[in-house]
Amino acid sequence: MTRRFSRFWIGAAATVVLAAMLALSGMNEYFFFAGYVVLQFVVLATAWNMLGGYAGYVNFGTAAFFGIGAYTAFALFKSLGAPLLVQFAAAAAVTGLLGFGTGLMTLRLRGIFFSIATIAVIFIAETLMMNWRYVGGAAGLPVLRPLPQAPFETYTRMLFFIMAVLAVVAVSIARYIEISWVGRGLRALRDSEEAAECSGVPTLRLKLFACTVSGALMGTAGASMPMYQSFLEPASSFSLNYSVMALAGAIIGGTSHWLGPVLGAILLTSVQQIVTVTISSEINVLVVGVLLVVFVVAAPDGILGLLGKLRRRRAAAGSPS
Amino acid sequence: MIFSFELLYEAIVFGILLGGFYAAVSLGLSVAFGLLDVPHVAHPAVMVLGAYCTYLLGTYGWDPILAGIALMPPFFLLGIALYRFYYETFEKRGSDAGVRGIAFFFGIAFIIEVSLILVFSVDQRLVEADYIGKSLTIGEMRVPLRMLVAFGVALAISASLMLYLSKTFTGRAIKAVAQDELALRLMGADPVRIKQWAFGIATAVTALAGAVLIVVGPVEPMLDRVYIGRTFCVVVLAGLGSMSGTVAAGLILGVAESIVLMHFGASWAPAVAFGLLLLVLAIRPQGLFAR
Repeated sequence: MTRRFSRFWIGAAATVVLAAMLALSGMNEYFFFAGYVVLQFVVLATAWNMLGGYAGYVNFGTAAFFGIGAYTAFALFKSLGAPLLVQFAAAAAVTGLLGFGTGLMTLRLRGIFFSIATIAVIFIAETLMMNWRYVGGAAGLPVLRPLPQAPFETYTRMLFFIMAVLAVVAVSIARYIEISWVGRGLRALRDSEEAAECSGVPTLRLKLFACTVSGALMGTAGASMPMYQSFLEPASSFSLNYSVMALAGAIIGGTSHWLGPVLGAILLTSVQQIVTVTISSEINVLVVGVLLVVFVVAAPDGILGLLGKLRRRRAAAGSPS
Repeated sequence: MIFSFELLYEAIVFGILLGGFYAAVSLGLSVAFGLLDVPHVAHPAVMVLGAYCTYLLGTYGWDPILAGIALMPPFFLLGIALYRFYYETFEKRGSDAGVRGIAFFFGIAFIIEVSLILVFSVDQRLVEADYIGKSLTIGEMRVPLRMLVAFGVALAISASLMLYLSKTFTGRAIKAVAQDELALRLMGADPVRIKQWAFGIATAVTALAGAVLIVVGPVEPMLDRVYIGRTFCVVVLAGLGSMSGTVAAGLILGVAESIVLMHFGASWAPAVAFGLLLLVLAIRPQGLFAR
């Protein structure tokens, strides 16, 4: 246990150091532009998996949390000129609260009803923002980026590093949930909510906790979106694509382990970035659809499931029988 | 906000017509999700696909409604294939059909959307017919003829579905499989074949709904996203699987949306369906007209 524990933290620290070194190196600017998107989806898929993977509640509302995070950050920036860290904290607080509220309203629903209710949250949030003139209404507003902080040469590099840190934080939280009693409780209620409740698992409280934390992480991932794009408008901020990408990343990677969403999101977004550059941006949405269907049908346990099968087969072949 | 009874009256009349249209686009889902419990999130995407097929036939001079009826047999087969696939990969294996089933249909919806974008580009498409663009003047009101056509087709579809489900042998079998699958199995019937048939019918009805969709207004490939909310709202509001409930729920949504549209402006209208949906799920999840 302790060995695995320290190995994880060494890996986490190494990731942050590597991201910092990359961001300060002379690497091509496009790498950071694309890398930011990959890391953003690592955060989203990991956050999605806390509720969707461990507890089996399919949340389609990722776009709502992401968009509200972006709008919270932008509103603070526009009104007070708040620094980036304050924007992040505020986005986390607001979307955490939104997660709690959404959970309170919808977590008593099961299966597809919960999923549809979370889609509803996206469209309601989008409509509200569309009618809020101050942040640009339906047309959106350009965002004037301030100068990047000292060690970073460009703003995109800085955001890349911040997103890397956020990804490490998200994965650490997911791992903590997974190995603690919270994760055990969530898994128990995924298998049978009645049985879990009967054996004393506080199901609603656990679900609310997962919904709040995952909402806050999704919102924080969205908070740097206005700065990254230098532009903010409702239709793309609340795009259903975010919801499907988050879910696809987790399902393609495998939902039972914290590593799954990380692998899935990296694979999915890397393929997408390559396809966008080489073929067209429409095809990249097709890639998500096709990969999602193929994995759900042929490899229901995702990449991790495939790797596990491979390892078992190799072990069976290696042992004399 | 200006309030006048005339405006309200107009909103209600337009809302009823709109509601008939919403009922038409939701009937397929009412069968697929309401009766068969298939989380068919791709339903609106299939409908938009139907609208584009109608558009294609329209370029050969077909009347859109006639084209929609002609599309029903191929879509019936498509529905059967889709259900068969869904059954073999998810329902048969049994475990965890929820998460992966929903993800599967979302993937299908994405694939349909992008295929339509690749073939037809993102431009809006529309069809031409004698009844599109004209309007009837009744007293002080002008009622667009295309909405009346949509309303008529909607009533025809729902009436025939209701008759089919209550009067014919297969129709009753479909209702039976929705009520108690095990009992049906004990009677010696094959529930999977009946469900497959029912899903085919649902998809055929959706093709005709697609034709109505393109009659009511121009379509674009991503149009299905707005209708996810509207169709599920209608089906849940209706109470799962109730056809007459679906019509009533469609009318409620239509009138609510039209009143919001006229009094608060078009930018608030998309939230009506979802707001209503959340309200129903929170207060009366079994729907207003539960079976």
